[in-house]
Amino acid sequence: MGLRTPLYGLHLALGAKMVDFGGWDMPLHYGSQVEEHHQVRRDCGVFDVSHMTVVDVSGSQAKAYLQHLLANDVERLDIPGKALYSGMLNQQAGVIDDSIVYLTATPELPDSYRLVVNAATRDKDLAWMRQQSSAFAVELNERADLAMLAVQGPQARAKVAELVTQARAALIHELQPLQGLPEGDWFIARSGYTGEDGLEIMLPAEQSLAFLNDLVGAGIPPIGLGARDTLRLEAGMNLYGQDMDEQVSPLAANMSWTVAWEPASRDFIGRAELERQQKAGASAKLVGLVLEERGVLRAHQVVRVAGVGEGEITSGSFSPTLGKAIALARVPAATAERAEVEIRGKWYPVRVVQPSFVRHGRALI
Amino acid sequence: MSTIPADLRFATSHEWARLEADGSVTVGISDHAQEALGDVVFIELPEVGKVLAAGQEAGVVESVKAASDIYAPIGGEVIAINEALADSPESVNSDPYGSWFFKLQPSDVSELDKLLDAAAYKSTADVEA
Repeated sequence: MGLRTPLYGLHLALGAKMVDFGGWDMPLHYGSQVEEHHQVRRDCGVFDVSHMTVVDVSGSQAKAYLQHLLANDVERLDIPGKALYSGMLNQQAGVIDDSIVYLTATPELPDSYRLVVNAATRDKDLAWMRQQSSAFAVELNERADLAMLAVQGPQARAKVAELVTQARAALIHELQPLQGLPEGDWFIARSGYTGEDGLEIMLPAEQSLAFLNDLVGAGIPPIGLGARDTLRLEAGMNLYGQDMDEQVSPLAANMSWTVAWEPASRDFIGRAELERQQKAGASAKLVGLVLEERGVLRAHQVVRVAGVGEGEITSGSFSPTLGKAIALARVPAATAERAEVEIRGKWYPVRVVQPSFVRHGRALI
Repeated sequence: MSTIPADLRFATSHEWARLEADGSVTVGISDHAQEALGDVVFIELPEVGKVLAAGQEAGVVESVKAASDIYAPIGGEVIAINEALADSPESVNSDPYGSWFFKLQPSDVSELDKLLDAAAYKSTADVEA
């Protein structure tokens, strides 16, 4: 038996087909993952993401610690609640995990942050973070007491605002994209993993069942991990363990934009190796692929770029929004506009595109 | 709960087979199979004229989640394929026993007797699960 979120029983009651995900028993879908996908693009739906790991970082050197730990620079978080996406690298510039970091500073606790990292990497992340923290006056506090619900889709904020207290509704209306703030014992962020507007709400685990019931009762259907994967793939968002891992540099994982090179004096873990790679010129990069013929692209299929070399699909699936197969693939940096993918011994032509396929309900390719 | 028509025979690899009045055998995948696969988005069918042995790979069903081989439940020559599945693969989910994949002219119709009847298929462990 796997780990269970506080909402496990409700998933079963809602008809979920459960699967193992990084040691957790999580809903794959509640009937049709394609219908759930469309529901999020067209209206909104709710995901139980309570399996994710939340870590509060505080202490007089919290900022200095995170500036060392992360490739992106928390100095960029200039207003309370502002968040950024960052890789956490090892000395070889491989990606230990990716994370979202919120500035949770208050007048009483000016140096405090909240990190959200992946569930499947929890143990190694916490071990690494603790190991790196020894030189800093900093406290790490895992928040296993919190549940997390993501409500995603163009109607998400409007619909959730009708179901919560006035103060929370007001906050939901005011939040900027990629900003999260506390309201009472809830933490409400305008962020997500679908390419749509939406919220990620962290709340005490014991309140999560009633809240999910309220959401479903108000016509916001539950969405499983199946649709979560096709939504994030269409949005061109990486999945840790598939699109990057400890053997992959952020420069080869479409994460260059998350590396803050300035100021040059900031000594983050992996910097020396990243600078060496940057000077040498990247050998591989993550691109998008679109299959124009019928078929489905899958992870680990071989990609061939004529005259350039070979690569591999890291994530592939059928895109419900586009009605065709799409993929993220790591290919030689020199790539071309067209390539071929081997599916069951046959080579199929694919278009090579920017690794972002759908945003806010619209096709980008 | 899977509904299983009584006039069908089943392979343990979850294909159904139905003997038609003209002696041909129609093949599809079971309700249990479509449910396990989830949303079907693409089906690769065998070529008409191809001769298949019982248990031989006959095509592929791709759902959003995974690709799964389909096998000939009995041996024979492929005499027709369901072209309509190319445009509406999702009909396999909504109507698995109406959405046939291909028709075989059996090389030995008695091979049907080696397949499971509805009751036996229903009682196999992974269908009950």
